[in-house]
Amino acid sequence: MAALTPISRTPVSFYVPMVAAAGAFAGLLVGTAQGSSFIGIVVGALLMGALAFAMTQLVTAEKPVRWALTLLLAVAGFAMAGLAAGIIGALFGWFFGWFTFWLFEGRYRAYVAPYLTAGQVLWHYTFRVICGAILVFLITPILVVMPLSFNAQDFFTFTPEMLRFDPAGYSLKHYEDFFTNSDWQGALANSVKIAPMATLLSVSFGTLAAIGLSQQHVPFRRAIMAILISPMIVPLIISAAGMYFFYSRIGLQGTYMGVVLAHAALGIPFVIITVTATLVGFDNSLTRAAANMGAGPVTTFFRVQMPLILPGVISGGLFAFITSFDEVVVVLFVGSAGQKTLPWQMFTGLREQISPTILAVATILVIISIALLTVVELLRRRSERLRGMSPA
Amino acid sequence: MKLTKTLLASTALTVAAGMANADGHMANEMTIVSWGGAYSNSQQKAYHDPYMAATGISIINDESSPEAVAKLRAMNEAGNITWDLVDVEAADAIRLCDEGLAMEIDHDEVLAPAPDGTPASDDFGDTIASDCFIPQIVFSTTFGYRTDMVPEGAEPPTSACDVFEIEKYPGKRALNKRPIANMEWALLCDGVAYEDVYDVLETEEGQARAFAKLDTIKDQTIWWSAGAETPQLLADGEIFMGSTFNGRLFSVIAEQGQPVGMAWDWQMFDLDGWIVPTGLSDDRLARVMDYLKVSTDTQRLADQAKYISYGPARASSAPLVGQHAELGIDMAPHMPTDPNNAENTFVNNYEWWADYRDDLDAKFQAWLTQ
Repeated sequence: MAALTPISRTPVSFYVPMVAAAGAFAGLLVGTAQGSSFIGIVVGALLMGALAFAMTQLVTAEKPVRWALTLLLAVAGFAMAGLAAGIIGALFGWFFGWFTFWLFEGRYRAYVAPYLTAGQVLWHYTFRVICGAILVFLITPILVVMPLSFNAQDFFTFTPEMLRFDPAGYSLKHYEDFFTNSDWQGALANSVKIAPMATLLSVSFGTLAAIGLSQQHVPFRRAIMAILISPMIVPLIISAAGMYFFYSRIGLQGTYMGVVLAHAALGIPFVIITVTATLVGFDNSLTRAAANMGAGPVTTFFRVQMPLILPGVISGGLFAFITSFDEVVVVLFVGSAGQKTLPWQMFTGLREQISPTILAVATILVIISIALLTVVELLRRRSERLRGMSPA
Repeated sequence: MKLTKTLLASTALTVAAGMANADGHMANEMTIVSWGGAYSNSQQKAYHDPYMAATGISIINDESSPEAVAKLRAMNEAGNITWDLVDVEAADAIRLCDEGLAMEIDHDEVLAPAPDGTPASDDFGDTIASDCFIPQIVFSTTFGYRTDMVPEGAEPPTSACDVFEIEKYPGKRALNKRPIANMEWALLCDGVAYEDVYDVLETEEGQARAFAKLDTIKDQTIWWSAGAETPQLLADGEIFMGSTFNGRLFSVIAEQGQPVGMAWDWQMFDLDGWIVPTGLSDDRLARVMDYLKVSTDTQRLADQAKYISYGPARASSAPLVGQHAELGIDMAPHMPTDPNNAENTFVNNYEWWADYRDDLDAKFQAWLTQ
């Protein structure tokens, strides 16, 4: 991005208070951790304000000064509370060095339009900070789980050894437990048996339903659609209780097929929605052309329609798979102990013994989910490419 | 088209695998419901494994005991009992018995006598809390505290009443999110005599008095609902002291090596054991009864204490309690029944609670949200 606005250095009365305000915020964090928020704010503001003034007015070389600040705060943090604090100190030092010169040199102005007022520039950056804060808020709980899963202790605790980055504080024993414990392996096996079968049923029925419902001449299309996607809208616990009593009477409760059917019912709405979305861009003259050349409906479906809507079908299938793989409420009702799935095992593990094995499993599942979502995204791009190529 | 073929092939594979899994009910299976965690583990090692090896019957564990009452009601309504044997606390056994969801048992006929020939009903004695209840263990709800958080100059806590000493022992506490045990401790520590606690608790004023006592520590208390929470909070240093089951504290101290001590005095005794659901078919019932006879005999109950520090319910098992299976330490001093642990012991009045539970549960939850 090219600079939009010529920049010039800003006066001391502007950037020193700004850096001091940021210092107060950092001081609040450090001070609260040390037991006194107020002292933290005052010390943070004074220290950072003074450092900003000294860095810009007493020395002229930017790079060495910024390195010096990073080093200084790293050493200070290390002296206060060891290695972890040292790293945090270095990060603080890097940030404040950058922040001070960013304000001092007026760089913050470079990439915004020249006619913006000071208030608009402030909002421009405040908005970015808010967006960043929301991302942090969403992602931190997931990230916290990952280091904890390498805990050497049997509790959800960041031990002093872990904070010191002492290798003795870390271990793979919870992963080992997952891969050797028969309870966990049984649950994994059940999940792996149930999810693909449920996905297969969801994809078959969901795709057929979506194709049928996209035909203009089907009566009550909206009502049928609403009923088919209702499992997504009705609270899960209600569906689960209903399925429990219904399946009990017809002998499906506590059987493998019962759980598969229940999960298929939950997965169908996802398939219908994604396939319907793909069908919106589908050109019906293609099926007529195929019929014109003598292909029957089944051949047309497999040779013409299916390849074009395949990305939608596969991403719907992935959603159905994840639904079945993550689902705990329905399986608690419809399944019996013989169909204990991974989420079920995690649920009881969390309730009865808070063991970090759950975190190890969670980490593995997060990685699998990321892999699956990446596949979905790649397919979506492929579908866009294909649609761009198909005749309008 | 290649992709279509791949899809069809994987579909066929999935279907084949699915069909292979579509099992019927195996004739030789038994579903046993328990609490999960270290407790289920002790049952697995002491009862299930030897029994499966001897008979070839396979036992499936279901960790649904916390919701056993609700689930049994639902199964009864749906007419589909999938459990063969359920592990519950004494108060729940009384409730299930009253509702007709648990079977009445003739203890002398079903259970094995003691090695010296004492009939089962005498050997179990007072622990038979209900006609449907087959006791296994005596456990207690008691307090653990962080040894490194005891204020300087203060004696470490020794009694449940120390949880109310907010000045002497500052810091957060953890208590069970239900009235049982908390209400009794509140009155007891407020000066009510042990014999009178339940009489006082029956009255409106008595309940108000208990809540007033609990009010003094309410803003310093974290309420737990699962037995694993207090050990976690103690390991974190989040709380100074908290109540939980004594076996959990034993595990935190002896197996996990955390800096935690126990305040045994006024520990709350309670019982845990089996009930057999009503409505089992004859062959399933016969299998369960055979299992019960073996798994609750004197030696088996003593064996369980090798894996967890709960006291066997049979008088004849107590002398047989040995050492921890892995750590090799003597288990007897860690039992809640060991006379050296607690000067005073509070015996939970399950019958009283079976009558007052619903009412006090509602009041307690209302008080919590105030």
